[in-house]
Amino acid sequence: MRFLFKTDYEDDIRLFPHSGYVYSYGLLLAVLLIAPYVLSSYLMSQLVFVCIYATVGVGLLILTGFTGQASLGHAAFLAIGAYTAAYLQQFNVPFPVYFLAAGLLTGVVGALVGFPALRLQGIYLVIATISFAFIVEEIMARWESVTNGNEGMRVKTMQLFGTTVSRDGPTFYYLCLAVLVLTIVGTLNLLRSPTGRAFVAIRDSETAARSMGINVALYKVKSFAISAGITGFAGVLFAHKLSFISPEMFTLQLSIEFIIVILIGGTFSLHGAVLGAIFLVMIDPFLTYLKDDMPGVIAGAAATLGAGAERAGHIQDAVAAFASANGLKGAIYGVIIVVFVLFEPLGLYGRWLKIKLFFQLFPLYKRATFKRQKIYVKSERNR
Amino acid sequence: MSYFRAENLSLHFGGLKAVDAVSFAVEKGEILSIIGPNGAGKSSIFNLISRIYPPTSGKIFFEDQDITQQPAYDIARLGIARTFQNIELFENATVLSNLLVGRHRHSTTQLWQELLFLPSVRAGEKAHRRRVEQVIEFLDLEPYRDKLISGLPYGVRKVIELARALCSEPKLILLDEPSSGLNVEETDDMSFWIRDMKSELGITVLMVEHDMTLVNRVSDRVIALNYGRVLAMGSPSEVQHHPDVVAAYLGA
Repeated sequence: MRFLFKTDYEDDIRLFPHSGYVYSYGLLLAVLLIAPYVLSSYLMSQLVFVCIYATVGVGLLILTGFTGQASLGHAAFLAIGAYTAAYLQQFNVPFPVYFLAAGLLTGVVGALVGFPALRLQGIYLVIATISFAFIVEEIMARWESVTNGNEGMRVKTMQLFGTTVSRDGPTFYYLCLAVLVLTIVGTLNLLRSPTGRAFVAIRDSETAARSMGINVALYKVKSFAISAGITGFAGVLFAHKLSFISPEMFTLQLSIEFIIVILIGGTFSLHGAVLGAIFLVMIDPFLTYLKDDMPGVIAGAAATLGAGAERAGHIQDAVAAFASANGLKGAIYGVIIVVFVLFEPLGLYGRWLKIKLFFQLFPLYKRATFKRQKIYVKSERNR
Repeated sequence: MSYFRAENLSLHFGGLKAVDAVSFAVEKGEILSIIGPNGAGKSSIFNLISRIYPPTSGKIFFEDQDITQQPAYDIARLGIARTFQNIELFENATVLSNLLVGRHRHSTTQLWQELLFLPSVRAGEKAHRRRVEQVIEFLDLEPYRDKLISGLPYGVRKVIELARALCSEPKLILLDEPSSGLNVEETDDMSFWIRDMKSELGITVLMVEHDMTLVNRVSDRVIALNYGRVLAMGSPSEVQHHPDVVAAYLGA
């Protein structure tokens, strides 16, 4: 077990508390940098989606994880970013300009959503953000002169400083990775400065935050704006990766996917956004496997266990029908959320910390270390 | 002119008069205790001062400035800090970051500077950290710096709340039952700290308290309330022997 001896206030401020962090994150970065030369194009594509989803996850964490304001409307922010990019592209606006414009515009919209949200809490805020997302979805479908309605918009291949950046090439991957890393570093910086602490204070006790001189309304709006802005940036990359956007891509299900990202990953740390993104991106290949291979595998197993060829055929059809049923994805999302909330409320990153502690303390680890405490005295709170 | 003044302060919830035309003044550098039976309106007065409730009528002055209409977050900026009866700490944060939130009113950095963590932000953080460390030393909180609040016992949380209020370098501090839930030793410590806050840090203290031993030991003056009205005002022993106060506590 490592004990940190702090000799300077700097020790509490620095991002890497000790050299172990530098080595492990350095190694991770090196692996990520050489990945395009090693991995197949399919895996690279998945990795790009991980970067984009993780960026959104970090944005959502700022709002939900650290400021405590739930949102089921982040698909709309992603859409605003994506559509801004696609729209500005038509006028030959260069990438850096429309990238920044998309982030800024989404941030402004986020702030505007934040204002009415000031008076709402918990489930009511969730409902408000869902309605916002539906409004945006409707606007995208109806405002045909700008968004091309339900026909959708084509997103041209990215031009960056005179070179063409293919959505499948390594440059695009590096770009997504850079956006993710910069977002994470910026967010970490924010969290170790007064604004980040104000966010956490608002999450834990608005009354106390107010009495410590924090302008709760202002900081909530700031949190909404930053969260939306980051999602807007991710939206530009999302649009480029898909090369085609239409309103039915930015539905409630996408917002729920973002919630899954942070819920599965862990809402208390930025690691959670990345782990959750990896988990979410892995669901789709799993579903494909379920559809394509699972029926055959199960039928084969049934056949070896002595079922006749006819029975095995029936079983194969039944499994195939189940695996390709409509709404299976939504059901799986639901099950995942329920299971994690019940059994792993700290998410994958929480699990990782537990495993780490287990080995650090071995053989003295106590199961009760992370046991959720029951609070017997629930004090009345000033709201 | 008094340092802090409440004039005809009232807070009515429909027909219920939680605070009814209460007037009092706090002089600079004194420790004033408010006592009274449960439901007398003591905490409500605090909530009026820190603007959690808007008063039904009446005015509040601090350093000759009318603060009745100031937004709640401005009260701390003026130099009035408070603690809560049912501890209101930031549960899922470390002690250190709780205390640093107390420094919020002194932070001057802008959002974009913080995103880049410019040298000015770093310098500000170190300065805040230094002040927080002084408070940690003052209240003997060294063992708890990096602990999460949610894992700490009640007595320690009580002290951390006081520490958070002190971190904002207040001129006036409102303590809402500082000794509730503390054992005898902890209450002793608390009384020393309250006296030290006055003598060493020059902070004016307005305190709501039930523990008469603590009140007698630290207060310069005492106000007794019942049913939202002032029963008696004066030195601790005067107030305790005032017939109305005895009647309020024991029943006439």
